[in-house]
Amino acid sequence: MTITTLAQLSADLDSGKISSVELTQHYIDRVDNSNHNAFISINKEQALAQAKAADDKRASGEASSLLGVPVAQKDIFCIKGTQTTCGSKILENFTAPYTATVVENMHQHGVVSLGKTNMDEFAMGSSNETSYFGNVINPWSSSTSDTTALVPGGSSGGSAAAVAAQLAPAATGTDTGGSIRQPAAFCNLTGIKPSYGRCSRYGMIAFASSLDQAGPMTHTAEDAALLLNTMAGFDAKDSTSLDVPAEDFSAQLGDSLEGLKIGLPKEYFGDGLDADIAELVENAIKEYEKLGATVKEISLPNSELALPSYYVIAPAEASSNLSRFDGVRYGMRTEQYSDLVDMYTKTRTEGFGDEVKRRIMIGAYALSSGYYDAYYAQAQKLRRLISNDFTAAFKECDVILGPTTPSPAFAAGSRTDDPVSMYLNDIYTIPVNLAGLPAASIPAGFTKAGLPAGLHLITPYLQEAKLLNIAHQYQQATDWHTQAPQSVSNGGQA
Amino acid sequence: MALDNKTVQDIARLARLSVSDQQAEKYRGELSNILDLVAQMEAVDTSDVEPMTHPFDATLRMRPDAVTESNQREEFQAAAPNAESGLYLVPKVID
Amino acid sequence: MFTWDKNWEVVIGLEVHTQLQTQSKIFSGSSTAYGAEPNTQASAVDIALPGVLPVMNLEAARLAVKFGLAIGAHINQRNVFARKNYFYPDLPKGYQISQMELPIVGLGKLDIETEEGTKEIGITRAHLEEDAGKSLHEDFHGQTGIDLNRAGTPLLEIVSEPDMRSPAEAVAYLRKLHSLVRYIEICDGNMQEGSFRCDANVSVRPRGQQELGTRTELKNINSFRFVERAIEFEIERQIDILEDGGSIVQETRLYDADKHETRSMRSKEEAHDYRYFPDPDLPPMILEDSFLDEVRATLPELPTQKRQRFIDELGLSESDANVLTAEREVADFFEAAANATKAETKLVANWMTGELFANLNKSELSIDESPISSAQLATLLDRIADKTLSGNTAKKVFTGLWEQEGEVDEIIEAKGLKQITDTGAIEAIVDEVIANCSEQVEQYKGGNEKVIGFLVGQVMQKSKGKANPQMANQMLKEKLDA
Repeated sequence: MTITTLAQLSADLDSGKISSVELTQHYIDRVDNSNHNAFISINKEQALAQAKAADDKRASGEASSLLGVPVAQKDIFCIKGTQTTCGSKILENFTAPYTATVVENMHQHGVVSLGKTNMDEFAMGSSNETSYFGNVINPWSSSTSDTTALVPGGSSGGSAAAVAAQLAPAATGTDTGGSIRQPAAFCNLTGIKPSYGRCSRYGMIAFASSLDQAGPMTHTAEDAALLLNTMAGFDAKDSTSLDVPAEDFSAQLGDSLEGLKIGLPKEYFGDGLDADIAELVENAIKEYEKLGATVKEISLPNSELALPSYYVIAPAEASSNLSRFDGVRYGMRTEQYSDLVDMYTKTRTEGFGDEVKRRIMIGAYALSSGYYDAYYAQAQKLRRLISNDFTAAFKECDVILGPTTPSPAFAAGSRTDDPVSMYLNDIYTIPVNLAGLPAASIPAGFTKAGLPAGLHLITPYLQEAKLLNIAHQYQQATDWHTQAPQSVSNGGQA
Repeated sequence: MALDNKTVQDIARLARLSVSDQQAEKYRGELSNILDLVAQMEAVDTSDVEPMTHPFDATLRMRPDAVTESNQREEFQAAAPNAESGLYLVPKVID
Repeated sequence: MFTWDKNWEVVIGLEVHTQLQTQSKIFSGSSTAYGAEPNTQASAVDIALPGVLPVMNLEAARLAVKFGLAIGAHINQRNVFARKNYFYPDLPKGYQISQMELPIVGLGKLDIETEEGTKEIGITRAHLEEDAGKSLHEDFHGQTGIDLNRAGTPLLEIVSEPDMRSPAEAVAYLRKLHSLVRYIEICDGNMQEGSFRCDANVSVRPRGQQELGTRTELKNINSFRFVERAIEFEIERQIDILEDGGSIVQETRLYDADKHETRSMRSKEEAHDYRYFPDPDLPPMILEDSFLDEVRATLPELPTQKRQRFIDELGLSESDANVLTAEREVADFFEAAANATKAETKLVANWMTGELFANLNKSELSIDESPISSAQLATLLDRIADKTLSGNTAKKVFTGLWEQEGEVDEIIEAKGLKQITDTGAIEAIVDEVIANCSEQVEQYKGGNEKVIGFLVGQVMQKSKGKANPQMANQMLKEKLDA
């Protein structure tokens, strides 16, 4: 086993084998010596101070499972006193004056925030190539015969690379159309997108408000459950937060999968799916059958409408969410301007990257007078049809299984000129966000070229605990998730 | 569906973005491609479907009327590009 | 009185922004108190920091429903917040959270009193929204200062139908609305502080034409007087243009009270495309029947109901009832005084609309600031009823009360104003007057009955105003007619 899990670290901290300060320093050193560009910033002082506080708490007899464990935070979360950029030039110099609820919850549990990970600008991208702070290198790049750097996926690409390269034992991500699951698939990780409303959106910089959801990115499902336990919870500051009783997401780990009904949507195994990935998913299905599950084909007939629907709803909400970046109260303001409109226009034109501008334009167009009904309202109707598909499917099965992405990690620069081909990365993940369901991507093995592939699991609303056990049981029977890229064994250099 | 450059420029103006003619041409192509994708939507009959604005058709939770915030002006204005006498300064607004 | 060429018909609709009387803002826990140092009541949510989210204030919904019920409007028990997108420095998010397709209050109406009688003005809708901040144009090195304390203050925007046909009707509607929102305690109505703001849509058309003329929207008309004058000016301007063969440009115009003119606001000319869409941060508001019932139970007696009761049960004239119910505080004062006194209700109305209002107006005081309380007025009127005071001496006591010289009986005592009702004492004075004024006595006996007034006056003078004039009059007549 070459990975280090949260569960292990928790035990080591508990037994006194290592202190939180030592552990935190260890990861800081690894980040310093890495060249994946996985982090945008590290506030060492703050991290070590949190670690020290955690050690003190343990010394005084307090203990919760992740007390003193360092976790990397996607740079989309505001953390008081830290640079919070969301991958954008417009926020390059922004120091957040408050902390996101999800991070606050983690801190309450004694989790140490290790640093802020790189990401696609405002979470808009599937390759981390839209970040103002540069590309992130997928640690699996050098594992292939090809020497070209591969993308880690996106938008939570920095988080995925950080965990895969063991620069952090786990990280947070956010998922609007697949931004946790797709990079998890590309980097051989376990990534969970919880039900919409499970994790508070307060303090998480909004991309598409009705789709955004935070979740854990870890090596194992067991770790994901531990981390999600510290992240989730009702928040009165988020009007879309779910007011449901607190839940232990580890509670079902260990349950048998005997009799589990797995649905295989025929729409997720069609044209465009990489043959190697198709085979790996087939193998996973066999593994589940060995664990006592039964399999049946189901249909999600409106799946093909998910992508167009998403590419109206997400940009429309984003175009409005990003209007607050105007150079007046915080963030960048252009140097030279003649009047107010000029100040706004130059600030936004210089501050936003191409992909962000493209989506703002699409969104503004979709909402502009005369098009609202045809685009936005129609997209919201299709969204209901897509959601209804899932409701119908879950009458026939307990979990829906398929590939996370149609193809494995691709070379940097290979798709940046064609937005639509880039968007196709997310065809399996997007419907889940539209419906608001919980889903996971877990390691399913490697393509012939040695690239990780992700297995996509979707359960009904609020069934994260069950979802995590379905993932966990697979991980008890397989060791894909324990594989680390060659570069990591070589000391962290990509 | 094809967009013309003027429409691209109008949208850019609404969004307070500046787009050169050359960029407008590029945007025109890209936006048109995406709108082609979107055009698939039009084929679907949704006349008796309610729009879904929220994943779980949640309803609004409201808070009691209480003052819970205190003055944080200094902290907030530390991040401001231009502030003076407690005010955010912007180029002259003409009504 | 403003008049215009009656070949033209005037069409006016008003949009009124009322700040709802909540402690905290509509979507944040910041205070709404007026007059704080700039940006000290602007929280993370109010300044739209990245990542913040709105949470709706229940009280704002309650006050909006209260208004809807008061005008008999349809309440949309499912209503939706929408984003209105535009860039302006006093709008921190780059969008205003408002309501578009499904406002909280639907169709209702308000009756106004006009010279031709009662007229019904339709209210199209009333929706909840957040107020913007303020732009301060004092010179900051040629820049504008932005204060976001007001940003997020809850507003109810009340939109009327284009039902008003003259500036006077517009003002009558506005006053009625102003009175109502204060009656039901949803808005303090303070126009100086901007708690009650009005925009007017004005157009003219040839009388008899069905189709509406092109309208202009007048802004910055934040007093009843400005509303009237701005609309008057605008009517004349539009008629002049049309009679010269010109056409009206649909635009927003700003009223300049100093110059008494309206001028085009060029900065607002840019074609707006607000790109409304339902706010994904705020799910639809669902109002249960029980909530509506709860709010209904808090509704006070409404001005129209009160006015009718004053006429039917208290026997007031229509005009007295109108005046005494125009403001809730006035009505409350009146009822308190009327309940506390043994004097007739009519007398209470007379003294309020007469002496009291005259003095308040002269001193520019509101009824709440009156130096004379309703209890004091009641006692004063009791002393008239029990004949301790005459109308004249009562006015002296009233002045004493106004000057805070003490309570009613103390002032009567101190000034020696107690009326003489003792027959013997009056008879003595009457006899003295008859003896001294033989010339007038002769005239009276000669048939000039009017001279009795002079003789009563003499009695009053000799008694230093304290004799009961009715008794003096009667006694004089008895003696002279005998």
